[in-house]
Amino acid sequence: MDVIDLARWQFGITTVVHYFFVPFTISMAFLVAIMQTKWMRSGDERWLKLTKFFGKLLLVNLAVGVVTGLVQEFQFGLNWSDFSRFVGDIFGAPLAMEALLAFYLESVFVGVWIFGWGRIPPKIHLATIWVTACATLLSAYFILAANSFMQNPVGYEINEEAGRAELTDIWAVLTNKVALITFPHTIMAALMVGGAVVAAVAMWHLVKGRRDPSLAEPGATSDAGPFRNALRIGAVAVLLGGVGTAITGDIQGKIMTEVQPMKMAAAEALYETEEPAPFSLFTVGTLDGSEALYSIEIPQLLSFLSTGSFDGEVQGINDIQEEYEELYGPGDYSPNIPVTYWTFRFMVGAGGLAAAIAAWLLWSTRRGRVPTSRWALRVTAVLPVLPLAANTFGWIFTEMGRQPWLVFGLMPTASGITPGSTAGSVLATLSVFTVLYAGLTWLWIWLLVKHARPGLPDVSAEARWGRRSGDDGVAHGGDDGADGDGDGGRAGVDGQPDEEDRPLTFAY
Amino acid sequence: MDLATFWFVLVAVLWIGYLALEGFDFGVGMLTRRFARDDRERRVLINTIGPVWDGNEVWMVTAVGATFAAFPEWYATAWSAYYLPLVAILVALILRGLAFEYRAKHDTDGWRRWWDGVIFWGSAVPAFLWGVLLAGFAQGLPLDARHDFTGSLADIFTPYTLLGGVVALAISLLHGAHYVALKTVGDVRARARSLAARLPIPAGLAIAGFAIWTVNMRGDGSVTWIAWLAGAVAVGLVVGGQRMIRDGREGWAFIATFGAVVAVGAVLFGALYPDVLPSTVDTADSLTVANASSTGYTLTVMTWVAVPFVPVVLAYQSWVYWTFRRRIGVQHIP
Ligand code: HDD
Ligand code: HEM
Ligand code: HEM
Repeated sequence: MDVIDLARWQFGITTVVHYFFVPFTISMAFLVAIMQTKWMRSGDERWLKLTKFFGKLLLVNLAVGVVTGLVQEFQFGLNWSDFSRFVGDIFGAPLAMEALLAFYLESVFVGVWIFGWGRIPPKIHLATIWVTACATLLSAYFILAANSFMQNPVGYEINEEAGRAELTDIWAVLTNKVALITFPHTIMAALMVGGAVVAAVAMWHLVKGRRDPSLAEPGATSDAGPFRNALRIGAVAVLLGGVGTAITGDIQGKIMTEVQPMKMAAAEALYETEEPAPFSLFTVGTLDGSEALYSIEIPQLLSFLSTGSFDGEVQGINDIQEEYEELYGPGDYSPNIPVTYWTFRFMVGAGGLAAAIAAWLLWSTRRGRVPTSRWALRVTAVLPVLPLAANTFGWIFTEMGRQPWLVFGLMPTASGITPGSTAGSVLATLSVFTVLYAGLTWLWIWLLVKHARPGLPDVSAEARWGRRSGDDGVAHGGDDGADGDGDGGRAGVDGQPDEEDRPLTFAY
Repeated sequence: MDLATFWFVLVAVLWIGYLALEGFDFGVGMLTRRFARDDRERRVLINTIGPVWDGNEVWMVTAVGATFAAFPEWYATAWSAYYLPLVAILVALILRGLAFEYRAKHDTDGWRRWWDGVIFWGSAVPAFLWGVLLAGFAQGLPLDARHDFTGSLADIFTPYTLLGGVVALAISLLHGAHYVALKTVGDVRARARSLAARLPIPAGLAIAGFAIWTVNMRGDGSVTWIAWLAGAVAVGLVVGGQRMIRDGREGWAFIATFGAVVAVGAVLFGALYPDVLPSTVDTADSLTVANASSTGYTLTVMTWVAVPFVPVVLAYQSWVYWTFRRRIGVQHIP
């Protein structure tokens, strides 16, 4: 493998791993915020228990999301310095805005949320989780705007002399039509992840508790009520997300046909222009343009997906290839067809299956029922994996479908790489990241399972804090100003009431 | 001041802010090893930085993002030149971040010991390497006419940059000791004070050496007087901090080392200006504030974002420090 392939693998692996955790954070932050709001509104302790329980899963995930994000910020300079030079004038701006407007909010307020239990007024504490959740949306928006520039460059001008693209209209970049539709699609897809986790964990506890009450953790039977609520919220989120991704995905398909017709043709492995074009559910055989051995097709569906009309014309790969050769000179302008073909189907398929399972969960637990079959348990293991997989496939489709372009129509992938970088060092760092990421993904699964398995936590301490909120707010406001008290190194709390010495609940 | 210079100052402020804030949590991380005697003490230390370390780290993310947006050439050249050290920093920071969040999420000795080791090395390695890499800006790198790095690791790890690394380590450790003295009670606090009293002389010497070396190396054409002044201030603050600690003024001592980090940063960036990354081969190939920057339009847009929002960020970040201002000690650990 040459250095370009290695660098691409490195970018692909690190970004896919980052994005593996991100949708979980985005959606779970909102679901936890909703649970905590319900607690504050109703004072019903079951919501507090759910908040603490799923909040812990959120934090396990947030940690890996944050640390893998650090790599993203450095990547463009490490292996792709010519890319950074070429688009930095445009691309750097949304990245810097993301850091300044979103990451500070997220990291600062999530810290307050983690450590603030029992220490700050409950209403402010509730606000911190909402701020965190909303900040995840901001960060998603800015980064997607940056990515959308690469899919569909707008608001720029090429400066031949400086050899770079220069920003002429930031508003055009931030309201790129690709960004405007990618954002809701991505957020809806993220919603499916958090929903699936909540629904699956809740279902597992319900089924387990019903199948073998003696095996359940002490007190777990009383968890059935709250878990039933959680199941509802989770399953509804998955269904909402499913409908949302389908609607937005459909629009995305049309915009994509407009700005990157090659990607749509590649998604269907459609070599010859057809009018109307069918959509194949799957194909046996190679996808190299020769006759497929076997394939199930839905007539006219591709026409509808890409043009909005059942009779629309869809351009084939061969025609677009010819057109591009005229436009950009000789070369191969089609992406890896089997990858784009299959990832597109897996995205839609996995998402659809997740939605179907969520619907089944709702149906099978209607009016107090709880299924007890082994299948009901197995399903809970599969459900969270599906939207995660769909997200990953969707991104691989989007990014691989853009090839051979790095910035569509402006910069081929091969010319973005750092000049003089050697296969040896890229391979070395690629191996380091791969091993590290495999390790942290394994840890992540292990810790999630470990913390999802026991029943709901005891929350008596926080519950008292919540109730006191009405009258005196903060539980204690011990005060040590910046100035110490000059007593020469002995404990500085001398003379303060014992209350100050009682153990606090710490996160770390 | 033209916009590119304004952004040079802002980028410098972001890097310095990063070193001043994450500096003390690196220091606290390094203290978890020998200094802390048992698990409860270690938890006291970790919990003093618990609510704030991630926010501090975002200063780095923002500094890198702002460098990319305002000086794409600087980002592209430096980040590809610093390839291996940056990957080492990333690995260290990744593990360190996980350590804080995961250490308490499972309960065996082996598990905790592993994460304690990670916290120590994950703090020491980035503190040292950032010192090396930022000093490397002032020193310059072999760059060709395209501004591509043509050297090897030996051009990055030189005696001068290694001294930069030592300065960063020493000052982080002292800063961290002041922070612990300020944020804890009891035995931990007493030991932090005695440690803080022993560090200023070596740290002061390292800083003085670094400042003199920097100014001599950069020579004319830079804002030399800022560098001289800042060097003197830095040494004064570090040594003065010793007195403040002895007088029990831990808050002031912490502010003093905070100021010292700012002053050392001012030496570095003051001596660097108007270059951003000099070429050691031919000064004609140096990256400067003028030839590395984005267009005026991009800088204007970024200025419109930064001017209102930097103060907002500062405000809510200060609020967090205020909210968690209480001292803690082993008696608070459940
Ligand atoms: C749970 C996840 C999920 C589900 C169920 C779907 N998608 Fe999706 N899709 C994504 C998750 C995703 C994603 C990972 O979030 C992507 C990658 C880039 C993006 O914008 O969203 C994506 C990209 C993406 C693109 C590429 C856009 C581009 O490259 O410009 C298209 C055309 C669609 N999707 C269309 C659909 C359709 C028609 C769906 C169902 C009927 C669908 N998606 C369901
Ligand atoms: C978070 C979602 C994202 C995922 C999962 C993702 C995934 C990928 C993958 C799989 C590749 C490898 C493509 C190949 O090998 O052909 C890639 C390449 C790349 N992507 Fe993305 N990407 C994401 C977002 C972004 C964003 C937001 C940007 C820009 C800000 C970006 C910029 C790039 C670049 C520069 C490359 C390297 C060149 C290349 O090989 O195409 N990606 N990405
Ligand atoms: C390739 C481009 C990307 C870069 C440069 C990047 C950068 C980062 C960085 C530096 C962090 C850590 C922030 C902290 O320390 O708190 C982070 C976290 C995060 N990123 Fe990314 N990211 C990229 C892709 C994406 C995408 C495509 C999305 C969403 C659609 C996203 C959403 C988030 C969110 C929500 C967080 C915070 C929550 C979490 O860490 O799980 N990122 N990112």
